[in-house]
Formats: sequence, C-alpha cells, structure tokens
Amino acid sequence: MSAATNASHAIHAKSAEAKRRRRRPFDWRHNPGFGPFTLLVMLFLYTPLVVLVIFAFNANRLVTIWSGFSFKWFVSVANNGDIRHAAYISVLVGVLATICSTAIAIAAALGFERGGWFRGRGSAIGLVTMPLVVPEIVTAITTLIFFSAIGFHSGVLNLVIAHTVFCIPFAMLPIQARLNTLGAGYEEAARDLYGSEWRIFLRITLPLMSPGIMAGAILAFVTSLDDFLISFMVSSAGSTTLPVYVYGMMRLGVTPEVNAISAVLLVISAALALVAFIISRPSEAATAAAAGTPQTAATL
Amino acid sequence: MVSSPSGATAPTAAIVMPSAFPVTAPGTQGDRLIEIAGVEKVFGDPNTGHRALEAINISIMEKEFFTLLGPSGCGKTTLLRMIAGFENPTTGEIRLHGKDVAALPPRERPVNMVFQNYALFPHLTVYQNVAFGLEMLNWKKADITARVDEMLSLVKLSQFRGRKPTQLSGGQQQRVALARALAPRPQVLLLDEPLSALDLKLRKEMQFELKRLQRETGITFVLVTHDQEEALAMSDRLAVMNTGRVQQVGTPEEVYDQPRNRFVADFIGEANLIHGATLGRNADVMVAVRPERIELTMPGFQPRIRGVVEAATFLGSDTLLEIRAGEDRLRARIRGAVRLEPGTNVGLSWPDDAERLLAD
Amino acid sequence: MRFRTTGFLLLPAVAVIFIFMAIPMLISLTYSFLTANTYGGVTGPLSVGAYIQLLYDQDFDGSLVFMPDYIWIILRSVYLAVFTTILSLAVGFPVAWYIVCQSANRRKVLLTLVTLPFWINTLIRTYCWILILRDEGLINNFLKWTGLITHPLPLLYNQGAILLGLVYTFLPFMVLPIYATLERLDPRLIEAAYDLYANRVQLFRRVVWPLTKPGVAAGTVLVFAPALGAFLQPDLLGGGKQLLIGSLIEMQFTSSRNWPFGAALATLVTLAVVAALVWQNRRGKSVEAQA
Repeated sequence: MSAATNASHAIHAKSAEAKRRRRRPFDWRHNPGFGPFTLLVMLFLYTPLVVLVIFAFNANRLVTIWSGFSFKWFVSVANNGDIRHAAYISVLVGVLATICSTAIAIAAALGFERGGWFRGRGSAIGLVTMPLVVPEIVTAITTLIFFSAIGFHSGVLNLVIAHTVFCIPFAMLPIQARLNTLGAGYEEAARDLYGSEWRIFLRITLPLMSPGIMAGAILAFVTSLDDFLISFMVSSAGSTTLPVYVYGMMRLGVTPEVNAISAVLLVISAALALVAFIISRPSEAATAAAAGTPQTAATL
Repeated sequence: MVSSPSGATAPTAAIVMPSAFPVTAPGTQGDRLIEIAGVEKVFGDPNTGHRALEAINISIMEKEFFTLLGPSGCGKTTLLRMIAGFENPTTGEIRLHGKDVAALPPRERPVNMVFQNYALFPHLTVYQNVAFGLEMLNWKKADITARVDEMLSLVKLSQFRGRKPTQLSGGQQQRVALARALAPRPQVLLLDEPLSALDLKLRKEMQFELKRLQRETGITFVLVTHDQEEALAMSDRLAVMNTGRVQQVGTPEEVYDQPRNRFVADFIGEANLIHGATLGRNADVMVAVRPERIELTMPGFQPRIRGVVEAATFLGSDTLLEIRAGEDRLRARIRGAVRLEPGTNVGLSWPDDAERLLAD
Repeated sequence: MRFRTTGFLLLPAVAVIFIFMAIPMLISLTYSFLTANTYGGVTGPLSVGAYIQLLYDQDFDGSLVFMPDYIWIILRSVYLAVFTTILSLAVGFPVAWYIVCQSANRRKVLLTLVTLPFWINTLIRTYCWILILRDEGLINNFLKWTGLITHPLPLLYNQGAILLGLVYTFLPFMVLPIYATLERLDPRLIEAAYDLYANRVQLFRRVVWPLTKPGVAAGTVLVFAPALGAFLQPDLLGGGKQLLIGSLIEMQFTSSRNWPFGAALATLVTLAVVAALVWQNRRGKSVEAQA
C-alpha cells in the first residue's frame, strides 16, 4: 500500500514539474484577458444587428414575441408604394452623388498624391476632409440655410449636391491611400519609356488605382445610402429618402415592417462595405480614415 | 530626320540607329557621349537649401561601362536621375552628343533606366512590360513583337512572356527590367543600384550578365552603386563621389593604385593613412599604403617605420597584423602564417611605388 | 507647369466643398445674428438676440429673466459627449492593442469587424437597441420569462440608454486611429522595453501610451465631435425627454421655427469642435515631431 502511495506521489511530482516546464514561453503579443474582452466588444457590436435581422423574420405582429419564421413582412414592405418611391429616390441620389463625388475625388487624390508640395497643400487637404469632422447636425442645418438663402429648391438636386459634398472625402481616402502605397515609381518608369502624360495616366495610373476607385465609389454610395440627418433636413415632400421615410415609421412605433426594411438596408450596407474592403484591403481604408482627421486638425 | 524601325527600310537601319531619335553621327568607342559640365543641384532655397551636387564635371564615352560610386547621400543617384531627366540641374549643362538636354523631359531623351526596385508595372505581363516603351514610341505591332522576342531571348526569359512580374523571382524581375529598358534601343542605359536587392550569389551572376549585355549591345551603361567591389569589377571607368562632389575619375586600376585623396584611398579597398611626421617627412601630408603592400623588414635592413604589434589575426592565406607606430595605427596583410605575440617590436617596409602622398 | 496641373486637379474638390460647406457655415453664422421670421427664415435687423436667448427669457413686460434651461441642455450634451469619449477610449484601446498583437490574417478580419458597423446606417443601428431595451424588448421579456421581475425595467428613455447608443455608434472611431498608430509602432521598441526589465504596466505607461498619443487624440476628436452634435441617439433612445443640443438645433428648424437660435447653437457646436481640433493638434503631435 505504501509503495502505491509513493508511486502516485512520484507521478504527481513529475506532472507538476512537467507543468512548470511546459509554462508558456514569453511572448509580449500574448496578453491574457484581452482576447475575451475583445470578443465581448464584438458581441456588443454585432448582437443588436443579429437581433434585428432575426426579428425581421418573425411571423408575429408583436415584434419581440417569436411565433415562427416568415417572409411576409418583406413582402408587405415590397408592396408598399411609398417605401418603393423612397427607395427609388435613395438609389437615384446615391448613384448621382457617387458619380459626382468619385470623379471629383479621383482628381483631388491625384492632385494631393502626385502634385508635389505646394503652399497651402495642408489647408486644401483640411478643407476637402472637412465633412469628416463637422458634426452632421451642423452640416444639415447649414446646408438647409444655404439652399433657403439662395432660394434653390429642386428636390432631388438639392439632395444630390448635399450628398456629393460629404461623399467626397469618403471616396477620396481609399484612392489617395492606394496612390500613396503605389508610389510614383511606376509613372516615373513609364515617363522614362517615352509615355506622354495622358497615355501614362490611361495605361499605368488608372489601372493601378482602379481598386482604390472602386472602393471609394462603393463607400461613397454606402455613405449616401446611409445618410439620415442631412437628407432629413434638406429633403422636401417629393424627395423623401428611404432612411427619412423609415425614421417616420419608427416614430410611430416598433412594427414588423420597420424591422424588415431596416434589415434589408443593414444587409445591403454591410455587403457593399465588405466588397469595398476586399477590393482595397481593410488596413488601407482604416489607416486612410484615421489619417483624415489629423490632417484636418493640422490646418487649424 | 527621325529614323524609326517601322519605316520601310527599318530592319537594317535600326541596328545602327537608335530608334526614333536623331543622331549626329553613329558613335564609336572613344567619342564623348555624355558631358556633364559645371552641374550644381540645390534642393529648396538656392541660398540656404541642401547642396546635393557641386561643380560636377564628367565626360562619359561611347560604349563605355561607367560607374558612379559613393556612399549613400553622396549625390550619385541625383546625378543619374538628372541624366534620365527626372531632376533638373540648378546650374550647368548635361550634353548628349554635344547638345544640351538639361531642359528636356525624360520622354525626349534616348536614355532608359533600370530602376532600383525595377518598377515593373504589376498589372502588365512580362511581354507587355517590355513592349511598353515601344508602344509609347508608336512602333508598328509586328516590329514590337519582333523586338520584344529578341529582348526576351537576350535576357533568357522567353518562356515567361505571359507571366505577371509578381510571379517571377528577384533575378528574373531584374532581367525583365533590363529587357524593358534596352528594348527602345537607348543610347545610354542607366542602372540605379540594380543588384542591391539580390542575394550575394545572384549578384555575382548578374555582374557577369550585365557585362555580357553591355558587350553584346554596345550601349553605354551608367551604373550607380555604393559597392566598391562591384564598381571595380564591372567598370571601364568610374567616378568616386562624396558629399556632392566628384573625388576622382579614372579606370579601376588608377583609382585603386593612385587615389587622389584620403576619401578615395579609404573608400576604395583598405588603406593605411600615416601622418607624414611619423615617417619623418613633411607634417602636412598623409602617406597612403595598402595593407597588402606592407612587409616585415628583414633583419639588417633599415625599416621605413617601427611599431609594436597589438594583434595578429590568422586569415588563412594571410595574417592581419595590427600595429601601433607613434600616434598611427597600421594594418598589414602578410602572406602566410606569422606568429607574433602582442607587444613584439617590428620594423615595416614597402616599395616606393606602393605609397601615395595625399595632401588632403 | 506641374503646379498648374495640380491646381486644375484640386479645383473641383476645393470649390465644391468651399461653396457648399464653408460658405453655408458662414451664412449660418450671419443668420445667428438676425431675427426670427414666423414662417421660418430670418429678417433684419442685426441682433445678438439669439445668443441672449441662451441665458435669458423675455418676460411679458419685455424684461429679461435668467433661465438656465438651455445651459442645462448644453452641459448635459457636453457631459454625455465627454463620458462617451472616455468609455470609448477605455474599451477601444485594449481592443486596438489586442488586434495589433494578432497575426496578419486575423488582424485583417478583426479590423474589418470593427470597421463594418461604421458603414451601417446609424438610424438602424440605434433602432436595434429599441428592440432590445424597450418594455416589451428582448431583455425585459427574458427577465419576465425567468421570473426575476414582474414589471418591466425602465431601460429605455434615459441617459444611460443615450450613452449606450453613443458609445455603440462611435466606438469604431476610437479603435481605428489608435490601431493605426499602434501598427506603426516598431515592435522592437516593445521588446527593448521588456529587455530592460519593464513589466506590462510600465511598458504601457512609459512606452506605448506616449507613442500612441497622436492616435488617442485623433480618436478623441473623432468620437467627441459627432457625439456632441448627436441627434438620433437622444431622439430615439432618450425619447425626447432628455433633450440634447443636437435635438434642440433640429427643433429650431422644424417645430420651433427659430432659425437664428438654431444657427447660434450650431455655431457653438462648431466652435467646440474647432477647439477640440486645436487641442488635438497641440496634444497629438508625434513624439518625434516634438523632439
């Protein structure tokens, strides 16, 4: 019996020693607790979105009591003429604002990244990225006052102008980031190989920057599609955008239709943004977004 | 007159004439091709700005392999980019066949460049990369195909014509860059540290390869490097540069055996710089002697200098002695194994032709 | 020649934003010094009435009476914005640090996950919380089902709900700039600190924090500025009972029809944001730049 105890003792000691020896080697990248914390933050960010999408499929009219899976609210939303019109306005404004802002952004990104240093470059960057830091409510009411002061009331056109303004920096940053990572070396090589400026732009610069342009255009469209406050202040009776219409529905209460249309908007925005990230690499877009403000601040 | 290989009589003419550019006379070795005269470059404000280049005067001959050698920041790359047309001299002229080209943009200069990291267009195939310059010069399609094929077989990359640059190894990318720059038949090929991205073994191979290409094409090569061994091995002539000035121009032998100043003596190979006073001569001069030319003085002979051994390191074929003589420290490479304890007194000698008197 | 091309390329962007953003802000500033028109809009003459209205109410006999209501609204907005910023920093910094410590592939995925909510409609993201917090919401239903409560807890329509909504909306703005500076941090600096016997806390205080200040400053402004002017979160989650400056401005252009007062409030918000940017510019300079 005593022999057995001794043996078990020995095994015990051995395993303890083994445990000590197997201690995790030092690695500063390993921070206990940070992983679970980040997981909780991710749950915080995504649970509400998942809840919305699930409830959008709830058959019960009493939104938060689950009584089976159903598509009927999506059908009801699709049959709503007002929602269809609002969606049409949103897409129309989004497409037009995307085209205008992306075209302007391509030129601006080329100017900033390939134009070299010039006096006032910092102020110009600050001005162009201004829509990123001015609070939406300020942009919204100043735009409203501006259109009223000049007496310009053209419905959709007002929206297109307002959206183009705040889409420009969102379209520009991925393009600028792309041009920055590419560097000017390729264009220099093309110049050495007898290219004229215009042909270099068409053959080298444009194809190489096209992922940035695609990402910029998508992000501009998503930004336009998502905008509520500015459209809310600027839009008139005939030119209600989808978010503005949905906001009106929300004010009247939580209904399954609101859930359904919100879920649709959510999925569209998320899918488009994902495509933009995949095209442009997320780190580039993120760094660009982060770089935006310090530049703005530096001009003050 | 603009000669172009797309012309009716093109094929034969194109071999002699650089494409698309008027040439005063077909060059032969010995003619001056590039003349850099009184070039100065100031970045920023002309009075207070950074002086990158000062009083540069260099002539580069037809069919020559010329190297700009110097430590980083010496201005060699700026000078190369000036020949290419990416930088403009603040003052001075850059003449090609006697004509000042300093104000011409890159696309009007019959000069092509192999860029430091090759700058191969990542969205184009190997074929399209090599064809790029020819397309820009509006060559005919058939001529482009022929020329690109010729170039790809010259650099032995014919089977890779359809690949993208990212699918190639570093050495292959480098050969594409060479083919691309040579395709438009430039009068001068500029190479900006072309071997620095390659590992040692590949670098040795490419040195040989570059010499072969230069011989076969008969084009003037201007190479920029900070590697003195590379410069000595490859160049017909070289210019040693430091702090924006040319220190010496000459053949590798001249620069190695007859350095004009302390910088050159020290930068090219290894040199002992001994104060004139230590040798009992004029205190203003320095005497430069290569370590391999120093010998231990035979007993009974008068040494040039006496010193104390501080360390002796056996290196296989040689022994490296570190010797203190007065306030100078000397390094001597003695053939074979020499057993000398630290603290031993020795006498050192060298032949008359091994020393150079340097004023600065 | 090159400069002319550059100017030509920048002209459209600069012109569009100058005309449709900078000029409107100047016009609004002018409007804040005019008098309200009953139909919405403004009339002359110039007056500082809108700014006086912030502090005083006009009595029936025309005398001014001190009225702190608006001051309370402004203070509440500032306090909530500051609290949002602090909470976002406390949550965002560890997340950014964790992401930086991961392998390149996992970094990409995590970064995408943090960035993605930014591109989803704020209106909808805020609405999600109504589903969860309201009396018949997910949490109250769950608690009733477990029998812990019989009457629903008042989770919605209070300051806590607004704060939650603000942190939820603006958290990515804090994580991204901090991540961007951490990513540029040379890992050898961290290894050098550990090599010189620093522990985790000392590493953070003496090396990581000083070097990431620019990112923190950028994140602070990116969270503080929009949180100060927030409209949707107080409106939907505060239920209109907890008035904040954003909703107050909106009201001046919809129900109250007092444009000069709205413009004056917007001017105040803009000044606060400019002050925050100036602060960021002072604090946010990288250590190298200071040296």
